[in-house]
Amino acid sequence: MTTVSLENVKFNEEGYMVDPNAWTPEIAKAIAEREGVVLTDRHWVVINYARAEFKAKGEAPTLRNITKNTDVSTKELYALFPGGPAKLAAKIAGLGKPTGCI
Amino acid sequence: MTANSLETLAANAPAMSKKIDRKLAIIVSKGSLDMAYPPLILANAARMSGVDVDLFFTFWGLDIITKKKMGKLHIATVGNPNMHPWFHIPTLIGILPGMSALATWMMNREIAKLDFPPIPEFVEMVSDAGARLFGCKMSMDMMRLTKADLVDSAEVLSAMEFIEMSNGAQTLFI
Repeated sequence: MTTVSLENVKFNEEGYMVDPNAWTPEIAKAIAEREGVVLTDRHWVVINYARAEFKAKGEAPTLRNITKNTDVSTKELYALFPGGPAKLAAKIAGLGKPTGCI
Repeated sequence: MTANSLETLAANAPAMSKKIDRKLAIIVSKGSLDMAYPPLILANAARMSGVDVDLFFTFWGLDIITKKKMGKLHIATVGNPNMHPWFHIPTLIGILPGMSALATWMMNREIAKLDFPPIPEFVEMVSDAGARLFGCKMSMDMMRLTKADLVDSAEVLSAMEFIEMSNGAQTLFI
């Protein structure tokens, strides 16, 4: 898969995609690359779950929701998305800034 | 994933484009159920945002990381000015037997509705998220506690050591 250009993707000033519905897995790879993350299967478990939750509930899941409903533990989540997993995972999944407190 | 591969993963993680240079030190001094949640929630929120966090548990706050007590924190219904507005329990009623248990039960129920974990699980989660936990040595001596009484992830620290360690951090006293 070649990396797509992010030129035509709209981001807000904090770096979140403006339109979550315009997201594609290729865009996720490009955002991850920009953020310095190489996506593995384990990242995709989180990203796919976050996308599914967004589709069902209209917002990014909380980290606790992710660790409760996938086999990704808190420790692994922090290792996969270093430097603040809540924001980074939402960014790569093309979702808005998470609003949950947990 | 094994601990080893987790470490490898962390070591190989490319430098984040924006390293967050912010540190929070929270002094946790109270051990009632209603006062145990705020420092844990803030510590967790900070870690979720990539902010470094050290928690220093002192005096009654030690109960939160003491294995035998952390699962049994309760709310006082007498002398707690927060009782009336939220729980509608006037002080005179609060002295009745069972009222503290009732308020504790109510709070645990409300907290669970918000998907906040019970205290022992919350402490583990915050630690797994990378927050560091420290028991205050002087408080531990006073309560005749040793490191073995605390959760495994906690270290013991004197007040002076904590002050040195929290140099440059934003400090909260709760």
